[in-house]
Amino acid sequence: MEISERHEHDVLVIGAGGAGLRAAIAAIEAGASVGLVGKSLLGKAHTVMAEGGMAAALGNNRPEDNWQVHFRDTMRGGKGLCDWRMARAHARESPDRVRELEGWGALFDRAEDGRMNQRPFGGHTYGRLAHVGDRTGLEMIRTLQDHAVHEGADVFMECTVFRLLVVDGRVAGALAYWRPTGEFVLFRARTVVLATGGLGKAWKVTSNSWECTGDGVALAYDAGAELMGMEFVQFHPTGMVWPPSVRGTLVTEGVRGEGGVLTNRDGERFMFRYVPEMFEGDYAESEEEADRWVEGDRVANRRPPELLTRDVVAKAIVAEVEAGRGSPHGGVFLNISEKRSPEYIKAKLPSMYHQFKELAGVDITTDAMEVGPTTHYAMGGVKVHPETAATCVPGLYAAGEVAAGLHGGNRLGGNSLSDLIVFGQRAGAAAAEEARDVSLAEIPASELSGAAAGAMAPFAREGGRNPFGLQEELQQIMQDKVGIARTDEALRDALEDVRRLRGALDSCSVDGGRAFNPGWHTWLDLRVMLTVAEAVVLSALERRESRGAHTRIDYPDSDASLGRVNFVIRSSDGRMVTDAEPVSEPPAELRQLIEEGV
Amino acid sequence: MAERTFKVYRGSDDDGRLESYTVEIDEGMVVLDAIHRIQAEHAPDLAVRWNCKAGKCGSCSCEVNGRPRLTCMTRLSDYGEGEPITVTPMKAFPVIKDLVTDVSQAYRNNASIPRFRPRPRDADDGWRMQQFEIDRAQEMRKCIECFLCQDVCHVLRSHGKHEEFIGPTYLVRTAGYSLNPIDVEDRSEFLRDAAGIGYCNITKCCTEVCPEHITITDNAIIPLKERVVDRFYDPLKALVRLVRRR
Ligand SMILES: Cc1cc2nc3c(=O)[nH]c(=O)nc-3n(C[C@H](O)[C@H](O)[C@H](O)COP(=O)(O)OP(=O)(O)OC[C@H]3O[C@@H](n4cnc5c(N)ncnc54)[C@H](O)[C@@H]3O)c2cc1C
Repeated sequence: MEISERHEHDVLVIGAGGAGLRAAIAAIEAGASVGLVGKSLLGKAHTVMAEGGMAAALGNNRPEDNWQVHFRDTMRGGKGLCDWRMARAHARESPDRVRELEGWGALFDRAEDGRMNQRPFGGHTYGRLAHVGDRTGLEMIRTLQDHAVHEGADVFMECTVFRLLVVDGRVAGALAYWRPTGEFVLFRARTVVLATGGLGKAWKVTSNSWECTGDGVALAYDAGAELMGMEFVQFHPTGMVWPPSVRGTLVTEGVRGEGGVLTNRDGERFMFRYVPEMFEGDYAESEEEADRWVEGDRVANRRPPELLTRDVVAKAIVAEVEAGRGSPHGGVFLNISEKRSPEYIKAKLPSMYHQFKELAGVDITTDAMEVGPTTHYAMGGVKVHPETAATCVPGLYAAGEVAAGLHGGNRLGGNSLSDLIVFGQRAGAAAAEEARDVSLAEIPASELSGAAAGAMAPFAREGGRNPFGLQEELQQIMQDKVGIARTDEALRDALEDVRRLRGALDSCSVDGGRAFNPGWHTWLDLRVMLTVAEAVVLSALERRESRGAHTRIDYPDSDASLGRVNFVIRSSDGRMVTDAEPVSEPPAELRQLIEEGV
Repeated sequence: MAERTFKVYRGSDDDGRLESYTVEIDEGMVVLDAIHRIQAEHAPDLAVRWNCKAGKCGSCSCEVNGRPRLTCMTRLSDYGEGEPITVTPMKAFPVIKDLVTDVSQAYRNNASIPRFRPRPRDADDGWRMQQFEIDRAQEMRKCIECFLCQDVCHVLRSHGKHEEFIGPTYLVRTAGYSLNPIDVEDRSEFLRDAAGIGYCNITKCCTEVCPEHITITDNAIIPLKERVVDRFYDPLKALVRLVRRR
């Protein structure tokens, strides 16, 4: 199969969300020519949906805040599994990365003294999230997108990479198809940065868009890279549960940050019963104390327990529903109308107000929302070098949600947006530097035609299964068997199911032509999603304990020895294998900081 | 469960037709849900753009019964039981396939806007701005680039002047830079010439369709027009500038 369209760049960045855009900018700053590829139109990547804010210890609201406190919060939130070097770089560099955005045109909400305002979020000791109402991701992506375009990134929109090309053990480029036409296109590059985002679309109830099929994870795995922490999928406690068509759509943690309370069918504020030992004493012990904190007295009072870390709140909601104390549509109630005035709610949470009004017919300034857990974020992903974001495949880098290491077993809200700009910058700079010493490789024609023919296979079949049906089946399996509470038996079932579905791929057929054909795209996405699903299930089977976002009903407690290892997945003779690797120990002074505080 | 029939545009720019599809409807469904159900059950190759499904990304813009809408935020219950629902692509842009249009011109227009240029930092840790100073610019920055205002703008929709007129979306973008209190770039020449701001005769159609409720005409376009007038047609200011330049 002839591939007529070819492009060459020093650095190819796959993904145009926050991480990819920041990587592209850094590589251009370092003198590289950059190709930037994304599956959607520019500016529509998942980053645009981020709501609550971006964590950085600017110290604007509380001068006591600094990188050490942020580092400690991140490490504790990650339940022992964060890479300390990544957590340190993230805490140290995020303030500069955030401020730099204002020099490129971003406008964050202000504090009284004219500096950026910072909002409280779960697991952060101080108000730390720079934000713009509840549309922070939009501000970030517009700023980065315009800056990258003006800096000279060569942008390829609506173009999907389906194969990384490896020549003599080095990554040498990527093969993609244009979504509008279905034509193939070859990108050759000296180095490649993966910034493909998350993988939540493999579950039925999810806050993630169609793009989040985990492409980078599967592309990297197929190219020989290692995956890490794949069992850690964050279920955000508050997604919409009704009506059915929006089940899973996110309700920002900002609602609780601004004072929203969670209640069960009996009207009880149940979170007071779910404070884990590790956080005892850090949270309010009565409704009166929580109310005083919400009303502004934050020194004498402690935070409401609704602001516990996401893993804790999500599990509490599941427990309430299972105990028969749920709301009519199988969630719990989240109510901010009793704590804040309608004007306040509309000013601070405008998009939540509209979302509920227009999609559920609920006025959140007078009524409670119904909410329940939704698949949200992948802590795991491609294993990278903690400083350069390099994978173990020479020339291949990964940054943003696709990469693993920073968030360990549970991510704190707001730490993703700052992750994108800190490690996007590092990956782009390192990729540009390496590119100086590397020449472009010739790609064997047979490899290209083989990959292209494989992608076209379902067109040759007739009357086979519909890819949409297969995708729905996978999502239901992951929802039922690899969800928020897991067991050995269900995971084994899921593994069998996933392998069966992989076989079923070969019996799918696709109607119509190559031009903008969602049936075909879904089939191609499924190849990727099945690799991701298998990796998640295998890692979840291995981790025989409950920790952070990973809960095993058959192993309800944490196991200290497992708290010192990560499970790493690689391909060996065409099979997926799992190994336990020790988590690297922080130096004594940082260990002390984590355990005893600043 | 109730059933409902939809007419959906299928085909390319010069070769298209309306096809009818009937699917079951659940409570709370939006137009985009119906399109997805049609895809899954009847027409897997039916092309439509979408991403967030919550009105935040501006991908799924189409025309529903001839009106520009975000299909993810348009509830089926807004249409009476017997009322037909017809979904067609945005008329101001060439069709690629079915409901997907070619919006690449819009991205070229955006790239032509003189970039944001800040004054030097006020302090080591950045700039100082009061909230009231940035409210206007933040209103512009709410734009989700859904192109519904481009679609409804008669300069583009009826007269096809995409080359001559940058359109409301990018006047909003320009205003987002120019109303930023730390920006120092002068974009008036660009606005007058390349952006063709003079083509806009303030019919306010753009403001009416904006899903983010940006008051496009009053808060973006009119202030920019005033800047152009001040810059080029105010004799006193022109004189001052001339002297300064020397
Ligand atoms: C509703 C919601 C709200 C959130 N709010 C917050 C928040 O307030 N604070 C916070 O810190 N985090 C938040 N998050 C998480 C955060 O938004 C994401 O983790 C983050 O935006 C991911 O950024 P990214 O750059 O890694 O990837 P994305 O923004 O997902 O971008 C991925 C890019 O890769 C491209 N891509 C993928 N596969 C391919 C392929 N095969 N070929 C070519 N291109 C490809 C995509 O098209 C896209 O351009 C939120 C998430 C959601 C869903």
